[in-house]
Amino acid sequence: MLTLLFDGIAYGMLLFVLAVGLAVTLGLMNFINLAHGAFAMAGGYVTVLLMERLGVPFLWCLPAAFLFAAAAGALLERTLYRPMYARPHLDQVLFSIGLVFMAVAAVDYFLGARQQIIQLPVWLQGRFDLPYVDVGKYRLFIIVVCAVLTLALQWILTRTRFGSRLRASVDDPRVASGLGLNVNRIFLVTFAVGSGLAGLGGALGAEVLGLDPTFPLKFMIYFLIVVSVGGTTTITGPLLAALLLGIADVAGKYYVPKLGAFIVYSLMILILVWRPQGLFARAVSR
Amino acid sequence: MSDSRVADRAPGRPKPARDPLKGSTDVPVGQGAVISLRSQARWRWWEFALAVAAAASWFLLPAHTPLLTEIAILALFAISLDLVLGYAGIVSLGHTAFFGVGAYGAALFATHVMPDPLVGLVVAIAVSSVAGALSSVLIMRGSDLTRLMVTLGLALVLFELANKLDHITGGADGLQGAQMAPLLGSFEFDLQGRVAYAYCLVVLAVGVYFARRVVKSPFGVSLQALRDNRLRAASIGLAVNARLAAVYTVAAGLAGAAGALSAQKTGFAFASLDVLAFHQSADVMLMLVIGGTGYLYGGIFGAIIFKLLQDLISAWTPQYWTFWIGLFLIVLMLVGRERLIRPWTWWRGGSTR
Amino acid sequence: MSKRHTLKTLAAAAALALAGIAPQAVAQESLKIGLILPMTGPFASTGRQIDAAVKLYMARHGDKVAGKKVEVILKDDGGVADQTRRIAQELIVNDKVVALAGFGLTPLAFATAPIATQSKTPMVVMAAATSVIPERSPFIVRSGFTIPQITTPIADWAAKNGIKNVVTLVSDYGPGQDAEKWFKSQFLLNGGKVTAELRVPVANPDFAPFLQRVRDAKPDALFVFLPSGVGAAFMKQFAERGLAQAGIKLIATGDVTDDDILNGMGEAALGVVTSFHYSAAHPSAMNKKYVADIAKANNGLRANFHGVGGYDGMRVILEGLKATKGQGGEALLNAMKGQVFESPRGQIMIDAQTRDVVQDVYIRKVERVAAMNNELWNVEFDVVKSVKDPAKTK
Repeated sequence: MLTLLFDGIAYGMLLFVLAVGLAVTLGLMNFINLAHGAFAMAGGYVTVLLMERLGVPFLWCLPAAFLFAAAAGALLERTLYRPMYARPHLDQVLFSIGLVFMAVAAVDYFLGARQQIIQLPVWLQGRFDLPYVDVGKYRLFIIVVCAVLTLALQWILTRTRFGSRLRASVDDPRVASGLGLNVNRIFLVTFAVGSGLAGLGGALGAEVLGLDPTFPLKFMIYFLIVVSVGGTTTITGPLLAALLLGIADVAGKYYVPKLGAFIVYSLMILILVWRPQGLFARAVSR
Repeated sequence: MSDSRVADRAPGRPKPARDPLKGSTDVPVGQGAVISLRSQARWRWWEFALAVAAAASWFLLPAHTPLLTEIAILALFAISLDLVLGYAGIVSLGHTAFFGVGAYGAALFATHVMPDPLVGLVVAIAVSSVAGALSSVLIMRGSDLTRLMVTLGLALVLFELANKLDHITGGADGLQGAQMAPLLGSFEFDLQGRVAYAYCLVVLAVGVYFARRVVKSPFGVSLQALRDNRLRAASIGLAVNARLAAVYTVAAGLAGAAGALSAQKTGFAFASLDVLAFHQSADVMLMLVIGGTGYLYGGIFGAIIFKLLQDLISAWTPQYWTFWIGLFLIVLMLVGRERLIRPWTWWRGGSTR
Repeated sequence: MSKRHTLKTLAAAAALALAGIAPQAVAQESLKIGLILPMTGPFASTGRQIDAAVKLYMARHGDKVAGKKVEVILKDDGGVADQTRRIAQELIVNDKVVALAGFGLTPLAFATAPIATQSKTPMVVMAAATSVIPERSPFIVRSGFTIPQITTPIADWAAKNGIKNVVTLVSDYGPGQDAEKWFKSQFLLNGGKVTAELRVPVANPDFAPFLQRVRDAKPDALFVFLPSGVGAAFMKQFAERGLAQAGIKLIATGDVTDDDILNGMGEAALGVVTSFHYSAAHPSAMNKKYVADIAKANNGLRANFHGVGGYDGMRVILEGLKATKGQGGEALLNAMKGQVFESPRGQIMIDAQTRDVVQDVYIRKVERVAAMNNELWNVEFDVVKSVKDPAKTK
């Protein structure tokens, strides 16, 4: 059932791109941001609007979605999020829930409540009929884009100075600040990039996951699962968790359709009870 | 305390300053703690005033009993969450699991065994307490996020279960059960809902009394120690896991009671998947935070404020009221939630936290 | 907790309480109708459509009956049964409504049924489509449709058109299970075979595994029932997997090709055959005007089946009130039963025994119509006349 595996991987990679921003934000700023899905939704809607109203080709919409979501993230981080960093987790949770409510209602008001439908360019439609596996062109595209992004992120983290500063700030913000790193600016850039990635994920996912004003609420649980199971200290943790989630979901629904959503939730509970820090996390000095 | 007594005995030490706990005579430390606890546990005048106001509302506001009944039920639910969140410090996004267990338990009991509301209430409390005890294992380890996810996951799993077992629960269509027998044999549930409201008020009062006894006891104080610093609490010998299990069980029982009331209140046993839906967990947490955690009555005030806000705003704009609730939340969190109920701090600049 | 803290809290709560629940003056001069719809939440589009249709009806036919003003009180229940129940209770006791209407989902109607019976208030179900709803209270009248009613015709059509085996794929909730059950029983009655019955969780992001199963089963046709928004995503994935090229026809109930979003679905929707009681392309003069008026008043919104349920529901209530000269209760209920009239969908009747709607069900195909803005429409090409709800005739 290679096709299933392929579909699961595509779904998992998409979830990863959507959730990686949340993982980094949580690990870096210790901030539970339930409004992460709203940035993804923003990216999706930007894509739909650009394609429908202005006729912009799909490929150009992807960076546009990234930039728009990143800009929105930077703006919100600077104005609204920053005062909330020192607050207890409960306040952060409720604050971000409030943001989601506002975003959902605003999108509903301005753009309507129905499903937004994207028309993919012709070269992305259809599939390749290979001997043992059915490869959908769009899903292949998703896998390729997400793989490139993952490699780029990993490279930035490990090979650039910004990456090492980021890792230092994640490990211990106080010491990092004491060493002279501008932790605030690192937070800002990271939050913006994370939100931008979410926006890109929303744009990519509009075709597969659907897009309507309730998107942030529907998919928040999946992002949270990826982040809590994958841990927040590495990039590979959420990646593996997302792939695991994607494949488990797809395979579960194929082989045991009666149990469907159970499998994912029960698996998550079991994993978290067994390894509360997440499957792939290493100990943090927080 | 014992430090100062050792120091007292050392030669040449000046007499220690008057210890407020000890009062005017030298009282041993243990008794000082008891006196302090007892003084904390005394009933305040405003608690009586609240009870009187609640009773008065039954007489003075007959037109609004359905809304008031719902507020009473949510208040009980929020108080049960306060035990877990405000006193034990566990951020739970799935507390509605127990509300739902209580609701379905009561509805199924009324339909298949006997329609008496009080017996159904007791059964629902028993079932949800057991559920709480069993699931308390899940919340003992891990960070805030882990516990958040586990509690959320549990509620979701129960939701899916209720959806799948639709020959028992009615699935997405809801469980339409039997007509409830008259309360105490003689009070029929009326259309206006006055009997139901009185019933809910009494159960709420009993629940509050019981919860109060729990938190004002030494057990309750130890919970707060646990909440503030679990590691230190464990190091002075508090049995952390046992206490967590106990408070979780009690909270689940109270939530189950609220759920049972919700199923019984119209006089026809009814439970739908909404009692297990995520938004119910989120709403009750909102209510508790608005009212204030950690002093037990926050649940009541929060339920009143939240429900009224929701009713008012959605009457004004039926489609987009969630926008205004979201805005309210953001402002509340930015300003600091304790400041909502202290209007004199609204115009004071800077942080008063 | 300091005394001042609690004093202020009490004051705030009391102030809000008094502000929020000030007693309302009840004007006896007007006739009030309580319209309870999901205006927020996942089913908001149902609420919007019905609201638009109700407003159109009131605008066209005026708001006076038997010398009294008719007032429609719109309330949002968010699709939560407990809310619906409470709102209905308040509308009846405080506002003294003469009829309740709306009900976007089955559990909402179920929850309100005992209240309607107890208070003897007629309840018009405009959207919820499960068969048994009118049986839950003698005061329930339906103006929308039932799932079995619109599912059995497509099963007949499929059997008559060379389709021998079918795989069914439905959303795993009440209406979906209903559709699966009735399609299967009707199709088997016609000598067909159902090789697999797939159920998809309602909140399902990805159809990949299910479509894979369909591919493995290689049926003549795939019967689908999905709520309207989800159906669009499904169709895209169906086309993307090349299942149509593999010779699998796609048949469904009209929910999937919901007029509200049909045009946005693109080429993937072309050729899908569905059975349903209403198409915005229904070629009657009344319907053409109806669709045009709805679009004009609501920013180009295309009228759909929920809206028409609301439009006709209002007609049932207001004509009933005219007949009883403003009286409610049992008299109004009796005036609602047995009404026969022309609706934008065609001719319909409210059956006096079952209090359910009897209507024509059309077989339609999705086509691009040059004469109508070159958009996608459900073009009717066959009809089954006066279909009663099969669940009640058994």
